[in-house]
Amino acid sequence: MGDSVGGDGARGTLSDLLPTVAIRLGASADDWRAAVRVAGDALVASGATSDAYTGEMIATVESLGPYIVIAPGVALAHARPSPAVHRAGLSLVTLVTPVPFGHRQNDPVRLVIGLASPDAEGHVNALATLADFIADDDRRSALLDARDAASVRHQIAAYEAREVVSNVKGEEGVIA
Amino acid sequence: MKILAVCGMGLGSGLLLRMQAEKALKQLGVQADVEVSDMGSARALSATADLIITSEELAQQLGNVKPRVVTITNFVNLAEMVAKLEEALKDR
Repeated sequence: MGDSVGGDGARGTLSDLLPTVAIRLGASADDWRAAVRVAGDALVASGATSDAYTGEMIATVESLGPYIVIAPGVALAHARPSPAVHRAGLSLVTLVTPVPFGHRQNDPVRLVIGLASPDAEGHVNALATLADFIADDDRRSALLDARDAASVRHQIAAYEAREVVSNVKGEEGVIA
Repeated sequence: MKILAVCGMGLGSGLLLRMQAEKALKQLGVQADVEVSDMGSARALSATADLIITSEELAQQLGNVKPRVVTITNFVNLAEMVAKLEEALKDR
């Protein structure tokens, strides 16, 4: 009971995987490559990846297109598990000026999430929480308006605490 | 019933699609297995799938496949996933 779907590897929470050093607010980027680079640099700063991974994230978009823009204004930058990934980690970048990624519906991007994982499981819980967090317009606005990384961490921690309570109570009414 | 959630690498957006699809199916009261696939394996895996969910971008790259393809624009919007799955499953 209480086991997460993906087993032990899936348990890192969003707070675990997104340290203060991996949060960059009000970053400037001239184009999508620069925006992904900020997210990559933040993953490097947190120790999740080495610099090569940033290039791999950019190469992913070059080969597969801007499908990583998963929601209006939100890009999920990532590449395959590789030797450049040391452990599962996320980074979060808000751009002072939104940049186009070439996505037909969801451009321009103001929030870039960097994702690194050494396997298919270690980031599952954290990614699920982040998706639920940004799905709500008010929470996403608050995130985009956050003044510092500590505030972002606080918002996420508060959401995670609430999520635990609602999971205990059951999922009824969550959609309403 | 088997649903394939297709993304570029099989661990980022495809994972989000799977999680959203599972929530949507629960809401719709439909039993199905949702499996994540990267673009490289998607064509082969599609032979045994009943439905594919992916982005519009990747759907174009995927080309013609046997199952019906549902494209999702906002991967964190559960209402979009529910509406599109409901529509796709209605004809079955």
